Amino acid sequence: MVAAPSTPPPVVEVNNLRIRYGKEVALQLDELSVVPNEIFGIIGPAGSGRTSFLKAVNRMDLFDRSMDVEGSIRFRGRDVRTWKNVYSLRRRIGVVFPLPVGLPLSVYDNVALAPRLSGVRAKSELNDIVERCLRRAALWDEVKDRLSSLGSLLSGGQQQRLTIARGLSQDPDLLMLDEFSIAVDPVTTMRIEDVLKELKQELTIILVTNLVQQARRLADRTAFFLGGRCIEIGATDAIFSGEVKDRRTTDYILGRFG
Amino acid sequence: MPPLGSLSQDLDRRDFDWYADKLVEILVFAGGFSAIILILGIFFFITREGLGFVFSSLDIVEFFTSPRWRPTSELNATYGAFALMAGTASITGMAMLIAVPFSIGAAVYIAEFAGPRSRETLKVLVELLAAIPSVVWGFIGLTLMNSLIIEVFDVPVGLNILNAGLILGLMAAPIMTTIAEDALKAVPDHYREAAEAMGATKWQVTRRVVIPAAKKGLAAAILLGVGRGFGETMAVLMASGHAINIPGSIFDSVRALTATIAAELGETAVGSEHYRALFTLGIFLFTITFVINLTADIIVRGTRKR
Ligand SMILES: Nc1ncnc2c1ncn2[C@@H]1O[C@H](COP(=O)(O)OP(=O)(O)OP(=O)(O)O)[C@@H](O)[C@H]1O
Ligand SMILES: [Mg+2]
Repeated sequence: MVAAPSTPPPVVEVNNLRIRYGKEVALQLDELSVVPNEIFGIIGPAGSGRTSFLKAVNRMDLFDRSMDVEGSIRFRGRDVRTWKNVYSLRRRIGVVFPLPVGLPLSVYDNVALAPRLSGVRAKSELNDIVERCLRRAALWDEVKDRLSSLGSLLSGGQQQRLTIARGLSQDPDLLMLDEFSIAVDPVTTMRIEDVLKELKQELTIILVTNLVQQARRLADRTAFFLGGRCIEIGATDAIFSGEVKDRRTTDYILGRFG
Repeated sequence: MPPLGSLSQDLDRRDFDWYADKLVEILVFAGGFSAIILILGIFFFITREGLGFVFSSLDIVEFFTSPRWRPTSELNATYGAFALMAGTASITGMAMLIAVPFSIGAAVYIAEFAGPRSRETLKVLVELLAAIPSVVWGFIGLTLMNSLIIEVFDVPVGLNILNAGLILGLMAAPIMTTIAEDALKAVPDHYREAAEAMGATKWQVTRRVVIPAAKKGLAAAILLGVGRGFGETMAVLMASGHAINIPGSIFDSVRALTATIAAELGETAVGSEHYRALFTLGIFLFTITFVINLTADIIVRGTRKR
């Protein structure tokens, strides 16, 4: 029997998505899919609807009464709005917000929270997870002697990396990063970028970024959102070498934007 | 650029805003200062009336250990406040057993689970409960609770620790709920959202993130409830049975410190030994409530610092 040459099923698959806040449409996406083990970059100017997209995938629209999602977003083949247990959906998807949120718990408890929620009790196992995730988030060396101090007291950049460690501690299938480097210095940013490249072996990453060059360095494919529309999706190399469907993409990448 | 001369004049000029600011500062200071003066005045008054007795004729050991409070005995008046302390402590303890789970539970529900509609309704109801005068509570204890306890538990007297504790618990719960809810509400929403985005359920977020973050405010709420329990007089006087007793069970009648003062002060001659003994009870109560409130305050201050 010959296996049919097939591309693996997408991790995230979007069809006719429309996100509104009240009457205002924030994002309209006809089609978009994210395949396993890729880093999918999303670039675009402020207000282009990127954060709204991530929220809809993780069903964070439930937090905001005015936010309304129509159309379908399938995560691993199933529409996210048909997951009856929204908590189990969210546990499979790690999110890192643009503003760092160190929970008012100890550094250790911040990272151990997700494993505990999913039932890990053994101290040694928790210790391992905490150390591994903090190392991957390039934070271990700075906090290993103060694991019991409050996470909300770390510096902004440290809290940002703590948030990344927390996202990883969920052991997610999909990691969504929203402008993760906004509060992180360049050297640390590079270290985390290296980690993301490694992590791609194990999981799929959606990377929303304001830094066009970051998308170029990391993303396998890149989408360009503009004014609530997806103007361009393509291989990052192609987009950055000027093979674009829409001229505005190149204009944005080159910073020639009004 | 303006010449330096006029600039430096500008920096030194005291204009209307400057004077208005100073004036407000002085007024606010005067207001705050007079509040302190008043409290000191009260403290001074109570101490002056009671302290002479403490040093002259009071037997401190007897005061703290003897259950015999017999201030009216002709031959041998004794001033043992131990039974009164036990009464106050047991009623307050009983009250907290009821009020703590009720108020913390209600606060968690209002702050974390209720929708905006029921939240507003519940808050109004809680505030309404807080506004019921203590005499009315005492009346409920004296009539309704009394017969209810007699019937349900088949005991001869329904005015006892259980009754006073229930009443006091219900009285303290609203204010404790309000303060506990404030403490929970003070935990910023982005903490909740961050935890929920990780797949924590509402209850997990509450238990693992919100309550730990608000624990100082919650402790302060409980302590203020305890303070309320120690200080409450009228309802306790009416519902406790007002019998001097070292309690052995929750169905025993007891007498509280506050109720003793309220009931006896009117019948004593000003300046008599009995009169001054009651002021000594006052000093004792004042000290305890002061310490409790101070502790609550220090705890709350600790929360704000973060
Ligand atoms: N909670 C909200 N309520 C109302 N409108 C919102 C809300 N959040 C976002 N919007 C609107 O939706 C549109 C898309 O916003 P979104 O946050 O998704 O953009 P973004 O691409 O992430 O931009 P940024 O770079 O500023 O983060 C904007 O016009 C914004 O004003
Ligand atoms: Mg955004």
